[in-house]
Amino acid sequence: MKSEYDVLVVGGGPGGATAAKAAVEAGLSACIIEKRPAIGTPVRCAEGVGEELLAEFIDPDPRWIAAKIDGARIIAPDGGELNLSPEMAGNEVGYVLDRKIFDRELVWQAAVAGADVFVKARATDAIVEDGVVRGAVVEYMGGRKEVRAKVTVAADGVESKFARWCGMDTAVPMAELETCAQYLMTGIDIDPSLTVFYLGNEVAPEGYVWVFPKGERRANVGIGISGKKSGKGHRARDYLETFVRRHFPDGKVIELIVGGVSVCRPLACTVADGLIVIGDAARLSDPITGGGIYNAMYTGNLAGKVAADCIRGGDVSREALMVYDRTWRESPMGKAIERNYKIKEFFITLDDEKLNTLINSAKNIEMDKFSTLTLVRELIQHNPRMLLELQALKKSLG
Amino acid sequence: MFSMLNIHREVCGYCGACVSVCPEGALELIDAYLSVSDVCVNCGICARVCPLGALEVVHEE
Ligand SMILES: Cc1cc2nc3c(=O)[nH]c(=O)nc-3n(C[C@H](O)[C@H](O)[C@H](O)COP(=O)(O)OP(=O)(O)OC[C@H]3O[C@@H](n4cnc5c(N)ncnc54)[C@H](O)[C@@H]3O)c2cc1C
Repeated sequence: MKSEYDVLVVGGGPGGATAAKAAVEAGLSACIIEKRPAIGTPVRCAEGVGEELLAEFIDPDPRWIAAKIDGARIIAPDGGELNLSPEMAGNEVGYVLDRKIFDRELVWQAAVAGADVFVKARATDAIVEDGVVRGAVVEYMGGRKEVRAKVTVAADGVESKFARWCGMDTAVPMAELETCAQYLMTGIDIDPSLTVFYLGNEVAPEGYVWVFPKGERRANVGIGISGKKSGKGHRARDYLETFVRRHFPDGKVIELIVGGVSVCRPLACTVADGLIVIGDAARLSDPITGGGIYNAMYTGNLAGKVAADCIRGGDVSREALMVYDRTWRESPMGKAIERNYKIKEFFITLDDEKLNTLINSAKNIEMDKFSTLTLVRELIQHNPRMLLELQALKKSLG
Repeated sequence: MFSMLNIHREVCGYCGACVSVCPEGALELIDAYLSVSDVCVNCGICARVCPLGALEVVHEE
């Protein structure tokens, strides 16, 4: 490990790997430090990702694609089913990955491109001088070492501490942290080309249960619920057990996965002098789906490029790095997060009866191309009794 | 009264959900080992969100 790089990336997830690769491809020196001994494990993900989105960054490879998905099904609390065609489901269909291999491949590619990589290397503090972030203190092989960088990228995921050490408030509000448990199950009766989502306050309060196939008769079966609905005797794991006993009593569990997903708004500002915050560390997962793989890769790539431009221009101040913050907010990803945040805020106010009404009425809506606004407009037409609240939602979406 | 955050290490899945909600920045995940620093105020938010129930604020007279 050198003591100085152009770019130091804290965290070797999809965000960090993509950032390091973009930085070296732009001609910089870059280093990834990852605190775990292995990239990609333990998995903390349901592994679903949109096909087209992923294609922006990597060519599909059967080694890390566990299943190809053609459609999605939403199950209302009363059991009513809403089937979404690929066009309607948009980014929710595509692949279910094998992230142990996928994450590794991304870091591999960054390394091949020229980035340094160190595992079981943990940032324990930020180096901040006169308010400017200048790298990290790294614990590695029993020693502590200062690693300096012109730009440091905080890619340290949902459990991020780095931005906090740099003075940002990154705490996720309890109600906006989806606490999750998932089983990788085998021997279960499922449609291997369909992702299924179960909604309802009994199944998953302020969240949902997902069944994401990983081939014939096997799937990630998981749940996320709002932190404020979680507590002794009614935790994510408890709900998951109840669901699995009812739906897949004969299935076998070969992996237990736990984790948290933020569904809050992103950090108010994602840069500081010498610092860029990306992916889950910036609270960029989608407030409705909880999906954050693509968002981490998109912001990682952007961070690498912006870092290169700013370093070349000799200015890595917050003002100069703001290009990164503005660009992602104005991107389709940034706009989707803002829109989906508002939709989530609406959805969590619905009781099961209203959820049933909405989901069942959506069955009769024909759309060639998915558009949230068209959907809301149609829902208003079909549900005159929910006129007021739906109109308020429509207004908030602008 | 004396309060303290207990970590049941045999239950913990070291996922870091607790770290993200800690208002004080008291928790940290060191690979598979969750650590609590002395800035912990025993607010119990982490104990509520833990998906497995590995955290508990205990009160002693
Ligand atoms: C149960 C669950 C289901 C999910 N399902 C989906 C899904 O289906 N689709 C989807 O798109 N997203 C999903 N997500 C979200 C997705 O997993 C994340 O959005 C994604 O992993 C974010 O990537 P990242 O690179 O920002 O962070 P991460 O992948 O979390 O990577 C951060 C890395 O930083 C390392 N690190 C942390 N601190 C330090 C330190 N101090 N020093 C060095 N290294 C450090 C960590 O060990 C970790 O490897 C799910 C999440 C959960 C919990």
